[in-house]
Amino acid sequence: MSMVLKSVYKSFGEKAVIKDFSHTFKQGDRVCVMGKSGCGKTTLLNLMLGILTPDTGEISGRPKNVSAVFQEDRLCEAFTPVGNILAVAGKGADLNKIRALLAALGLSKSENTPVSELSGGMKRRVAIARALMVESDLVILDEPFKGLDDDLRESVIKTILSYTSGKTLVVATHDIRDAQLLGAEIINID
Amino acid sequence: MAINSDILLASPISVLKRLWEMIVDKTLFPTVWFTLSRITLGFLSGTALAFVLAVCSARFKIIEILLWPYMVTVKSIPVASFVVIALVLINGAWLSTLISFLIVLPIVYTNLLEGIKSVDVKMLEMAFVFKMPFKNRLRFIWLPSVKSHFLAAVRLSLGLAWKSGVAAELIGTPKGSVGNALYYAKLHFDTADLFAWTVAVVILAVAFEKLFVLLLEKAFEKAVKL
Repeated sequence: MSMVLKSVYKSFGEKAVIKDFSHTFKQGDRVCVMGKSGCGKTTLLNLMLGILTPDTGEISGRPKNVSAVFQEDRLCEAFTPVGNILAVAGKGADLNKIRALLAALGLSKSENTPVSELSGGMKRRVAIARALMVESDLVILDEPFKGLDDDLRESVIKTILSYTSGKTLVVATHDIRDAQLLGAEIINID
Repeated sequence: MAINSDILLASPISVLKRLWEMIVDKTLFPTVWFTLSRITLGFLSGTALAFVLAVCSARFKIIEILLWPYMVTVKSIPVASFVVIALVLINGAWLSTLISFLIVLPIVYTNLLEGIKSVDVKMLEMAFVFKMPFKNRLRFIWLPSVKSHFLAAVRLSLGLAWKSGVAAELIGTPKGSVGNALYYAKLHFDTADLFAWTVAVVILAVAFEKLFVLLLEKAFEKAVKL
């Protein structure tokens, strides 16, 4: 099923952030939303997630299950990476799968360390792991590679691609290399 | 010369001696139980109602607006005024319950409401996106946000509940209460008795506060544990 944004308009006070945006996201699409800081990338993603509602225009076909990496990590700081994933995925989640994903993201040594004791880059990867572990048809990642060096970025992108196969992936970034590595269609909203 | 006399100021030895006598002649524990049970009842019922009202106020702004004058008034009215009014309305034996209830309610309500309002909206958005079950939202987002505000309110209001509860008993003099015992100590100018009861109340209030806060912390810890 496709998610359709039709003539979407969103403003905050006097400032129009998204103006007449239309796009159809087909199941399995990989899309990078690009643009300068403050151009409305996060607003667009929040509209797609249902956190914001458009002033005018229509959004239809939003999948029932979505997952996300937000602009901030939004993790439970007192919990371990495994705990953070279980908090949203439920106790029934497969622990072996969680551990394998954390290992793929280079977090196997930190899986039982409280998130508050992890570095910024590690927290970002925990947020990515949480988004990938939850059952969803739409994965939205807002600047997911913030704080990751180039080597790590490449391996994280490979993991993201393998875990989101068949799902719609929308990534906000300002780095063209991310789009190239993801092999994604680019939407420029400047 | 009354200096160096126990009539004016009892020595620590005579206070301890008197406290021991009160334990031996079995007047301490029944009296303390009388006051403890009533103040605890007032504290718990005040806390429970404050919890319900804080949740309702956080959900419906109109309730917060309607409750605001009441809470401000209750906070600023002197305990003595409450006691005099309450003596007309209820049995003196339950005076300390009503007074501690009235003292605790606005403190716990205000702090809890503050805690609920200070919840991280971004975490709530995260919970919304991931369709986090309500139970998990409560345990992992709301409880950590409310915890420090609630514990601060409990610490503050428990101390005040004891102070105001015993003060109410001193005015209402219900038979068998610590306040009544303090009243008679004052009447007979028995400073050893006065200090012995005061020491008993202080020990009890501190022990009760420590125990209650410890239990609450354990409960919070258990609730947010995965």
